[in-house]
Amino acid sequence: MLGLGVDRLQADINRLLTSLFHQGVLDEQFLQLQQLQDETSPTFVYDVINIYFDESEKLLRSLRLLLMDREFSDYKKIGLHLNQLVGSSSSIGARRVRTVCVAFRSASELNNRPGCLRGLEVVEHEYHYLKNMMHELFQLEQQRLLAAGVRYPM
Amino acid sequence: MQEDSYTLITNTKKHTHALEHLLFEEKKPKMATTSTSTGDIKKTKSVEVKKKLNVLIVDDDTVIRKLHENIIKSIGGISQTAKNGEEAVNIHRDGNASFDLILMDKEMPERDGLSATKKLREMKVTSMIIGVTTLADNEEERKAFMEAGLNHCLAKPLSKAKILPLINNLMDA
Repeated sequence: MLGLGVDRLQADINRLLTSLFHQGVLDEQFLQLQQLQDETSPTFVYDVINIYFDESEKLLRSLRLLLMDREFSDYKKIGLHLNQLVGSSSSIGARRVRTVCVAFRSASELNNRPGCLRGLEVVEHEYHYLKNMMHELFQLEQQRLLAAGVRYPM
Repeated sequence: MQEDSYTLITNTKKHTHALEHLLFEEKKPKMATTSTSTGDIKKTKSVEVKKKLNVLIVDDDTVIRKLHENIIKSIGGISQTAKNGEEAVNIHRDGNASFDLILMDKEMPERDGLSATKKLREMKVTSMIIGVTTLADNEEERKAFMEAGLNHCLAKPLSKAKILPLINNLMDA
């Protein structure tokens, strides 16, 4: 009975990941992250993704504050924030977030404020979609581990 | 039938394990050799001791530092991190730092990778320095970074497969 539960959960995880790859939400770099997870770092993917969420939300908040300021003109700062977002997104395999950040950065290089505002909306949308999908993935993984009777120190 | 992600992981793992086997394992013990300063392998007839690769990871991004730390750990190395080029230079100021490898990000606040690399070479730091660039960096920027004193340049995102051949060369040298 337990075995069937684990198998079904594993199948759900595989289906979700396959879907995320097909949608282009994730790319091969996410597989590289999973490869780095082992018995010495059993929660590596969870840890690094959560660091990514914390850091990305700080950057997105800062971007929004900058752009909401009517006197705003510091496109260089926008570019620096976006460079960081592009780098960290590509490092975890968040392909769509990375792509829309690159488009946003192009608008900032042209000092195009309406383009930047639109870019920010798109980035926020893609980011939140990714975050929701990752939470779903982690929940499934947690259920799978519980079903398999595995305990990791958290 | 489309390969699911876990099949992909398994196949990639096999390839990476093969690379690691090449890098870190010797099937036949060899005669004793003289040791050199870094990255050496001391060998006797019956026992092999491998020195752990000691790496400095220089990047202002927390996610990337964590990723690179784990990559180095996964290949049996140890690492220290610095948040920018200025920290990296400060680590070397007392002359006692001894890294086999420095992974140097290009764009960082306070002191960028290019400036840090130049400074470290002026300080006679002989570690292998691998510059880590982004796809946004053009050929001219990469060239300038190399000329600052890098041994190699790699584009983000880094992975075990990208870094292992370079480390292999370092260990052979």
